[in-house]
Amino acid sequence: MKLITGIIKPHMLDGVRDALTKTGIQGLTVTEVKGFGRQKGHTETYRGAEYSVDFVPKVKIEIVAEDQYVDQAIEAITAAAKTGEIGDGKIFVSDVLQAVRIRTGESGSSAL
Amino acid sequence: MSMKKKTSYLSLFRYLVSALFILVLTSESMLAQEASQELFTVNNTWMLVATFLVFIMHLGFACLESGLTQSKNTANILFKNTTIVAIGLVTYAFVGFNLMYPGDFSIGQFFGFAGFGLDPGVDGNTVAYADGAYTYWTDFIFQAMFAATGATIVSGAVAERIKLSSFLVFVTIFVALVYTIAGSWKWGGGWLDQMGFYDFAGSTLVHSVGGWGALAGVIVLGPRIGKYVDGRIKGIAGHSMPLAAIGVFLLWLGWFGFNGGSVLSADPELVSLVFVTTCLAAATGIIGAMLTSWFVQNKPDLSMVLNGMLAGLVGITAGADTVSVNAAMLIGLVAGIIVVGSVLLIDRAKLDDPVGAISVHLVCGIWGTLAVGIFSVNPDHSFVTQLIGVLSYGAFVFPAALVIFYGVKATLGLRVSEEEELRGLDVSEHGMKAYGG
Repeated sequence: MKLITGIIKPHMLDGVRDALTKTGIQGLTVTEVKGFGRQKGHTETYRGAEYSVDFVPKVKIEIVAEDQYVDQAIEAITAAAKTGEIGDGKIFVSDVLQAVRIRTGESGSSAL
Repeated sequence: MSMKKKTSYLSLFRYLVSALFILVLTSESMLAQEASQELFTVNNTWMLVATFLVFIMHLGFACLESGLTQSKNTANILFKNTTIVAIGLVTYAFVGFNLMYPGDFSIGQFFGFAGFGLDPGVDGNTVAYADGAYTYWTDFIFQAMFAATGATIVSGAVAERIKLSSFLVFVTIFVALVYTIAGSWKWGGGWLDQMGFYDFAGSTLVHSVGGWGALAGVIVLGPRIGKYVDGRIKGIAGHSMPLAAIGVFLLWLGWFGFNGGSVLSADPELVSLVFVTTCLAAATGIIGAMLTSWFVQNKPDLSMVLNGMLAGLVGITAGADTVSVNAAMLIGLVAGIIVVGSVLLIDRAKLDDPVGAISVHLVCGIWGTLAVGIFSVNPDHSFVTQLIGVLSYGAFVFPAALVIFYGVKATLGLRVSEEEELRGLDVSEHGMKAYGG
């Protein structure tokens, strides 16, 4: 099992969610986060004075899926979240050691 | 004609004459009595409506100040706004009303005091009190609401770093003594009134007085941490533009009473004229600020436009009943233009005023007062007299406010600690969050 973490632009979330459900993913978790990559921050003005916004709002999507779904998921996220502009985000994949469905107590693949 | 018929015609005639006589007498006195009492009721009712309209300005200030400051300080702002109403009303009841309207002055025409507490006297609640315009109680509560609004102008300028207890001490002394004694010079019949100085609803007496207090506070207090860094001005954004917008619209609503009630009766011509001049000045204030902001800042700034509305309202407040409609629009337009410039310049002078109180109330209050000297249709009003008034209030109120602030600074301390300021005053001063959960 793998954890797929995607950091995307907030307004791309709906499209990414649709694309992922089309691939058959059963569930996902979404968090509102702030961050920067090479995008760095930007400056905004308030009543004539500038202030720098170092952290840009992003959305983090987390999916746990079987190993064979990972490539599909990455493709789906990438296609749906890409704008071609700086700040489109990143995807990370890591190992998941265990998964449990709380309601039934199932573990492993049947918990996904 | 027979004797009988002559007699009957005569008695009929006599009867008719006496009946007519009695009818005329009673109806005349009845009419005089009824009109007087009815008019008294109408006038007084309008004044009471105006009173609660002015009251709603406190909600307006609470919303505006909250919106233009950070959410970590919102409970503190609301706390200050709530207590100011209380302090304003109570001090006005104990000393304020009788300092502002002493009747007789004891030190020149500068100072008088009609005693502690309130007393309507024998005819306070009759037609005799104010020619059937309002009762003693109406007079008190209407003016008390004005006093409280004058005091609350300061709270926005000193927000986010002033110590609560220190602020409360300042406000108490300021509204009880400074606002009132200064106000007596004009509305209390003092020396400026006798000189012909004119301030219809308080561009000077309320707005510039509050503005001088705000300026003094900003100077003595110093800027918020992180506001002026390495010679550059950092924006510290307000947390809720919707709240700020709600606030200014409530203030405009209140102004119907603020200016409308300053007619001090329900006089149809004057009250309706004042409604028109007031609203048009607010409108051109918005337009002036919008155009200026758009030009100077490249993109039109909402907070500037909101300030512009208030600037127009403050500007027309000195002469709403004595300038033409076109002049009212011009006064509002100029106020809207200068408020934007003032906000930016005051920031450049390293004076940190989170809500623009100095620009809206002091600068535009002065403009509105001088504008009476330029535009008033009344030939008794002169620019020079208006200028003398403006300078006199500055010469008294500003140093007085400085003295109070420095005095409080030396005894209680004026600012919260750096850590308290960074954590936010809600947690530091009140042990709670405005937006909990």
